[in-house]
Amino acid sequence: MISVKNLTKDYTKADGNHIRVIEGLNYEIEKGEKIVIVGPSGSGKRTFLRCLNLLERPTAGQIFFDGEEITAKGTDINKVRQRMGMVFQNFNLFNNLTVMQNLTLAPVKLKVMNEKEAREKATELLKRVNLLDKADVYPASLSGGQKQRIAIVRSLCMNPEMMLFDEPTSALDPEMVGEVLDVMKQLAEDGMTMVVVTHEMGFAREVATKVLFMDEGILLEENTPEEFFEHPKTKRLQDFLSKVL
Amino acid sequence: MTISERFAAAFITGERWKLYISGLGITLEIALFAGILGIIIGTVAALMKLSTTEDGKPTILNYIASVYVDVIRGTPSVLQLLIMWFIVMASSNNGILVASLSFGINSGAYVSEIVRGGILAVDKGQMEAGRSLGLSKAKTMRYIVLPQAMKNVIPPLGNEFITLVKETAIVGYVSLSDLTRVANQIASRTYDAFMPLIGAAVIYFIVIKILTILLGKLERRMRRSDLR
Ligand SMILES: Nc1ncnc2c1ncn2[C@@H]1O[C@H](COP(=O)(O)OP(=O)(O)OP(=O)(O)O)[C@@H](O)[C@H]1O
Ligand SMILES: [Mg+2]
Repeated sequence: MISVKNLTKDYTKADGNHIRVIEGLNYEIEKGEKIVIVGPSGSGKRTFLRCLNLLERPTAGQIFFDGEEITAKGTDINKVRQRMGMVFQNFNLFNNLTVMQNLTLAPVKLKVMNEKEAREKATELLKRVNLLDKADVYPASLSGGQKQRIAIVRSLCMNPEMMLFDEPTSALDPEMVGEVLDVMKQLAEDGMTMVVVTHEMGFAREVATKVLFMDEGILLEENTPEEFFEHPKTKRLQDFLSKVL
Repeated sequence: MTISERFAAAFITGERWKLYISGLGITLEIALFAGILGIIIGTVAALMKLSTTEDGKPTILNYIASVYVDVIRGTPSVLQLLIMWFIVMASSNNGILVASLSFGINSGAYVSEIVRGGILAVDKGQMEAGRSLGLSKAKTMRYIVLPQAMKNVIPPLGNEFITLVKETAIVGYVSLSDLTRVANQIASRTYDAFMPLIGAAVIYFIVIKILTILLGKLERRMRRSDLR
């Protein structure tokens, strides 16, 4: 479904120097897979994720989505993003809109659905995450866990074929992490293709089809959760796991 | 002359008070037209200044907007007014129109900085969230970022308008009888500068005070609606 070829990303720093954040990364993601990316801080996990929907422009390399090269010049990136939802660490709900408006804005403005269909879809999804009673409130009055569940639902309203998660529980109070992970697990069970950057090793173990270890911009190790956690091959991963487990 | 005679000469004789009122009318008329024009020009200039290509490179629009802001901020507004009156719009003898245009263009440069700041103060995540759903930059700007920027810019825009009311005091240069010029004319006719000039100052002060209080009310109302 997604094929990443030789992905490289440099950032230009304020002083004009370049730093390489991702170096020659290759990876294939099949439909229905749940990929969890872990690694030390600053290893480029987030940057990799954001390259997948081109919120960051790769410096070099190619990304294919269902066979279409989305890194090619002239690709309609908005069309691609409609099929690829993203959930952010800081929720990023639209502050000036009610929950219902947050959910229906994109499907309606992008003419994926009419207003009525969008509201029906939103209502059904809000029911699934037990937040239907919040339909008419503004994001400011929601808890972090509620915000993130709404943010997930907002992406789902577009009927995406896959979902990207950028540390979806990192900004939450500990007691709210569970409710968000539960929604993600439900989504995984429903067969959604997912790519998740997280520090939740329990989630990786339980849900991932593959766990990826990134270190200093390199995809250093990749395996099934059992092998990944029980038999880490590289010294770097062994050190990393001994620190986080 | 006694104080009351001087007062009468400045304000009552020949119904002079009417002149101050019509002067104030001209002052406010120019400020209002210029204010509206300034908001329109300023918003467009701010969007131009913030425009980038999909891969984040500046565009020619950036450059045009920057030159506009630089030129306006780098030259005296009296000179801008005179240039508009004697050169650019020399064929027009509608002073109010010329003054409104000149001040509108002038104010637009300052407004563009205000609006740009208001847009930049909106969390970057809002734009990213819109884009991640497949909305274009323009749509996200229109439905998400600009409405939030509005809240940030209303207080400084109010201040800009208040400044504008005072700055129009130079329109006498293009023969408009605004409040300042009226007071000045009466001063030279009555050989008494004190009463008309202080009188005009008091009128400006009261008008500005009222505007400031209204703006404060508006700000408080907006802050309350933030807590919804
Ligand atoms: N916009 C940017 N400009 C310059 N450097 C950046 C930018 N974004 C990220 N970086 C740098 O790129 C490197 C990788 O960042 P990235 O956010 O991808 O790491 P990460 O693996 O997600 O880390 P963490 O677990 O701390 O979130 C870091 O050194 C970071 O400082
Ligand atoms: Mg990160």
